[in-house]
Amino acid sequence: MTMNTDNYDALKKIIKIYLPEDVSVDDITPNSHLINELNINSANLVDVVLDVEDHFDITIEDDEIEKMDTVASALEIISQKVAK
Amino acid sequence: MKTEEIIALLPYTEPFLFVNEIEEVTEQYIKGTYIFKEESYFYKGHFKDFPVTPGVILTECMAQIGLVCLGIYLLRDKTSLHTMQVAFTNADVSFLKPVYPNEKVTVISEVDYFRFNKLKCHVKLYNQANELVCQGKLAGVFKV
Repeated sequence: MTMNTDNYDALKKIIKIYLPEDVSVDDITPNSHLINELNINSANLVDVVLDVEDHFDITIEDDEIEKMDTVASALEIISQKVAK
Repeated sequence: MKTEEIIALLPYTEPFLFVNEIEEVTEQYIKGTYIFKEESYFYKGHFKDFPVTPGVILTECMAQIGLVCLGIYLLRDKTSLHTMQVAFTNADVSFLKPVYPNEKVTVISEVDYFRFNKLKCHVKLYNQANELVCQGKLAGVFKV
C-alpha cells in the first residue's frame, strides 16, 4: 500500500504536540511505535486519536484505537475511513 | 444510580477520602461537597502553626468528585464496576484563594470528553462563601 504523504505530514503534526521532550519530530518514521518508541503515554494517545478525528473528520471506534499502535497502522485506519 | 452508591464504589478511604456528598450528577456534570476536617494529618505540617489546605489536597478533592465520582456514574452499566481502577493522568490547576480547616467546599465538574475510557473535565472548587478557590482541567483513565 502506498502512503499518502499529506496524511502522513498531518499525522506527524498531531503527534508532535504529544511527544515527550526527549523525542523529536524527526524521530518519527512510518514504523515508529507510538507508545514504545515515541514514548507517547496511553492517556495522551487518546488525545492524539481525538485530534486525528477532528482533523480528518472521521470517528475511531473503541476497538480501533488498539490497532493504531504504529504510525503506519494509524495511517492505514485513517485512509480507510477517509476513503469512505 | 443513587449518589450514595457512587461514594461506596470509590476506591479511597480515610485518611484520603475527600468526598462527603454528591448533590447532583448527570451525563455531563457533577456537583459534590467535602468538609475539610481540622484534625486531618496534613494540617500538622502545612504550614507550621498555620494550617492551610495544601493545593495538592484541593486538587485531589477536585479529582475524587469531579473525575472519579463522575466517571463511576458514566460507567454505571459496567458489571465489573466494583473492581474499577483509575489513574489520574493530567492536572492543570490554578489556585486563587486559601481553604482553612473546617471549611466546606463545593466541587463542580463538567465533561470535556469521555472517550476510550479517558475522562477529561473542567473542574471548579468553591468555598463556603461560594467564591471560586481553584479551577482547572483534570483527566484520568478508567480500567473496568
